Amino acid sequence: MSDIILETRDLCRTFGGGRSLLGRRKPLVKAVDGVSIRVERGRTLGIVGESGCGKSTLARMLVGLLPPTSGDIILDGQPVGALKGRDKFTFHRKVQLVFQDPLSSLNPRKTVRQILEAPLEVLLGMGKAARADRVAELMDLVSLRREFLDRYPHEFSGGQSQRIGIARALAAEPSLILLDEPVSALDVSVQAQVLKLLKDLQRRLGLTYLFISHDLAVVETLCDEVVVMYFGKIVEQASRADLFNRPQHDYTKLLLSSVPVPGKRRVAA
Amino acid sequence: MPAPGARRPSRPGAWARLRRNALATFGLGLLVTIALLALAAPILPIADPDVTAVAQRLLPPFSDGAILGTDQLGRDLLSRLLWGTRVSLAVGVIATLVATIVGSLIGLVAGYYGKLVDNVLMRGIDMLMAFPYLLLALAIVAALGPGLLNAMFAISLVNIPFFARAVRGATVGLVSREYVDAARLCGFSDLRIIAAELFPNVLPVIVITMSTTLGWMILETAGLSFLGLGAQPPQADLGSMLGDGRKLIINAPHVATLPGLVILFLVIGTNLLGDGLRDVLDPRLKSGAMTRPVAATAAAGTQERGGGQGTPVPPPLLSVRDLQTHFTVGHEVYRAVNGVSFDVQAGEAVGIVGESGSGKSVTAMSILGLVPTPPGKIVGGEILFQGTDLVGLPLRELQNIRGGKIAYIFQDPLTTLNPLFTVGVQVAETIQRHQGIGRAAAMARTLELFESVQIPDAKDRMGAYPHQLSGGQRQRVGIAMALANEPDLIIADEPTTALDVTTQAEVLRLLDTLRREKGAALIFITHDFGVVSELCDRVLVMYAGRIVESGPVAQVFAEPAHPYARRLLDCVPILGQPERSIDAIPGLPPAVNDLPPGCAFAPRCDQVAPPCREGNIELRDLGAGHAARCLFPGQAAS
Repeated sequence: MSDIILETRDLCRTFGGGRSLLGRRKPLVKAVDGVSIRVERGRTLGIVGESGCGKSTLARMLVGLLPPTSGDIILDGQPVGALKGRDKFTFHRKVQLVFQDPLSSLNPRKTVRQILEAPLEVLLGMGKAARADRVAELMDLVSLRREFLDRYPHEFSGGQSQRIGIARALAAEPSLILLDEPVSALDVSVQAQVLKLLKDLQRRLGLTYLFISHDLAVVETLCDEVVVMYFGKIVEQASRADLFNRPQHDYTKLLLSSVPVPGKRRVAA
Repeated sequence: MPAPGARRPSRPGAWARLRRNALATFGLGLLVTIALLALAAPILPIADPDVTAVAQRLLPPFSDGAILGTDQLGRDLLSRLLWGTRVSLAVGVIATLVATIVGSLIGLVAGYYGKLVDNVLMRGIDMLMAFPYLLLALAIVAALGPGLLNAMFAISLVNIPFFARAVRGATVGLVSREYVDAARLCGFSDLRIIAAELFPNVLPVIVITMSTTLGWMILETAGLSFLGLGAQPPQADLGSMLGDGRKLIINAPHVATLPGLVILFLVIGTNLLGDGLRDVLDPRLKSGAMTRPVAATAAAGTQERGGGQGTPVPPPLLSVRDLQTHFTVGHEVYRAVNGVSFDVQAGEAVGIVGESGSGKSVTAMSILGLVPTPPGKIVGGEILFQGTDLVGLPLRELQNIRGGKIAYIFQDPLTTLNPLFTVGVQVAETIQRHQGIGRAAAMARTLELFESVQIPDAKDRMGAYPHQLSGGQRQRVGIAMALANEPDLIIADEPTTALDVTTQAEVLRLLDTLRREKGAALIFITHDFGVVSELCDRVLVMYAGRIVESGPVAQVFAEPAHPYARRLLDCVPILGQPERSIDAIPGLPPAVNDLPPGCAFAPRCDQVAPPCREGNIELRDLGAGHAARCLFPGQAAS
C-alpha cells in the first residue's frame, strides 16, 4: 500500500435546485458527480477535461473554498470536516492552490512582499524578522530577484506573476499543491519556463501536485497518473502511459485525436 | 534562469495628470483659497460677525469700516461671510464624511457577503431612496427639531444610498477575483479580507463619489438653512444669510448676492475638482476610452510607390511590403510591426505564429486598417491587394473590401457580434451591404450559409442572439459571416483559441474544407504550432515585430533555421512525446519600444556572435522558399 496523501470518496457538488419565491423549481446542476480519486505522496495527478466538466469546482472543494454537497475528502488519513477556527489554519498549511490567471490572483494594491508575507503571518504566525528571511528565500526558490519584493503586480509579466503565485502557494510549506490551469494563460516559451520550475520544485521539496488542465500535451509531460472528467464524472483513470497509449473510453479517444500536433497534418482536407 | 527586470511603466502619475487638467486645477485653487480664508477667519482683522449696530444697517459695499457693507441688523457682511463659509464648509465636509463611512461600510459588507445580508441591507437602502431626498431631510429635521447638527445628520442620512450603491457595485465585481480566494487560502478572516484586500481596491470609487457629492452636500446644507431649519440666529451660515437677504433683494441686493456668489464659487470649485479626480481615478478613462478611434488606421503620407515592376509573373493576391505600424503612447513609440514583408498567393494558406506582443495580430489588422488610431499608425510600407494599395485607401473603398473581398474572423465572436441583434440578421446585413440584394434574398442566403457551416437546426438558430449560442456555434456564425460574400482572402485571428480542443478540431476542419471549396486564401494567426500544421501551407514566425523565419510548414518545423524558431519549437510539449525534455528559453521578449540593435533575439540566443548585435539583419533566402533572419541559420547546437 503506497502512501496516499489525499483521497476523495464519492464527492458531489450541485448548484441551483430548490424553489424560487413563486415555488417554481430551479434547475439543478451537478457540477461534480461522485468523484473518487487518490493522490500518492510526491507524485502528480493530472485532471483533464474541457470547459464545464467540473474540474475547477473539484479544485475549489479540495482547497476548502467550496463545501461539498456530499462525499468525503480525506487528507493525510483524516477526514476534512467543516473548516473552522484552528482547523482552517492547519488545513491551509497543508494544501495550497496556484490560480489560473496570474494577474487577477494578485491584489493590484499590494506589493509582492505584502502578498508573500500574508500566509507566513496568518498561517505560521511568524515574526517580522523571520518573515523577511523566508520571503527572500521564496523569491530565490522561484528564481525572481529580491529587488522585486517592493514592486506591485502590474509591473510584472505573466510568467513573473505566475512565479509570485507559486511562491505564495509555497510560503506555508504545504505538502500538496493544486495547480488550476497554471500555464494556460502564458505564452509557449514562458509556459516552458514555469513547467520547468514546477518540476524542479517538486524534486527539491518533495511536493505532491494535483494538476488541472485542458492541455493534454502539458499533462502528459508533467503527470504520473491522469483522470479524465466529462460532465462532472470521471470517465477514465489510468497511469500516464496507459491513458495516452491505450485510451479505453471513447471520450478520451476523441480528446486525444483532437489535439493538433506540430509538424503533422491530421485534419482530413 | 533569472528573470530580467520588470519594466517600470512610463505613464505619468495621478497627481501629474490632475495638474494637466486646467479646469480641475482651477477648481482646486478656488476651493483652497475659500477654505484658507474661512479657516483664517478668527485671526483676520475683521469685525465680530454677531455684533449688531442698528444705526449702521444695510450699508452698501465699500462703505467706511465695512468693505462689503452690512446686513439688516448692521452686522459686518465680510465677517459674516467668512464665518458663514466656515460653518457651511464644515457641515458639508462632515456630512460627506459621515455618509462616506456609513455608506461605504454598508456597501462593502453587502457586496462581500452577498445573498441574505446583501438583500436586507440593500432593500433598506432602496427604502431610503424611495423618498424624494429633500422631503426626507425635511421630515428628519422636523422630527428632530431645527439646528445645524440635525441638518447635518439629515443630509448625511439621505446621501448614504449613493455611497452604498456605488461601493456595493464595485465590491461585487471584486469579490469574485482570485486574489480574494487567495486571501482566504492564506487564512484571512472576513474582516481582514474586507479591510485589507477589498477596501484599497474600492477606494477610488469612494473618492470619486465623495468628490462629486461634496458640492451637492454644501448646496443641501445651504438649502436647509435657507428654509430656517439649519443654522439658528445669530449664527452666520451661507444658507441662512441668503434667506435673510431674500426679503431685501430690491432695496439691498448685495445682502443676498454675496452669500450666493460664495456658494456658487464653492460648488463650482468642488465640482471641477471632482470631475478632474474622476478622470484621473477612473481606470476606463485612464486607458483612453474617451479618445474614440477613427474608422480606419491612419497612414503616414504617400510612400515612394511604383514597386510593381519587380513582382513575379503570377502576381500574388496579397503583397505586404515593408509594413511598419507603430503605436505612440506618451513619448514612447512602440514598433509593433517593424518592416514586415510577405506574399499570399491565391488559394494559399499562410500561418503567422508568434508569442503575444510579437506583432502578428497588428500585422493582420493593418491589412484592413483595423488598428485603432490613436494610438496606432501605419508609418511606412504598402499592402497591395489585387494590385491596389490598401494603405491610405479612402474609407469608402476600404469598407467595400472589408467583409467583401477580404473577410476577418475574430478570436471571440461574443465580443464582435452585436448582442442586440440576432445572428441571422447580422450575417444577412453583411450580404445586403455588399451584394445589394433584398432582405428576403439575403436571409435565404444566410440560411444556406448556416447550413454549410453545419449549424444544427439552422433555421431556428438564425433567430438566436449571440449569447444564446455556445462558443463553437458562435465561431461557426463567424465563419458563415466571413464566407458570406465569397471572399478572396480570409484573415483569421486566433479563431479557435477560446474553444475546447474537441470543438476546435471540428471548427478547423470546417474552415479548411469550406475555404478549399471556395478557393479563398487564408491568413491564420495563432500561437499554436499544432494548429498551423493542420491548416497551413506556409508559415511565418514573428518575433518583436519582424518576421524571423518563413517557409513551407513541414520544412520549418522539421529544420527550423532561426534559433528563436528552433528553441520555441523545443518549448512546445508534444502529445505522444512525454519524455521530450522541455527546454525553456531564458528571459523575455524585448519591449518593442526599446529594441536592441541588430537581432532582437540576440540577448536570449545561445549561439550569439558579436556581428549579431549590430546593424540590420536581412531575411536571407535558404532555398526552396525557406528564409530566416539570422547570420548563422540552422547551426543548431542540439
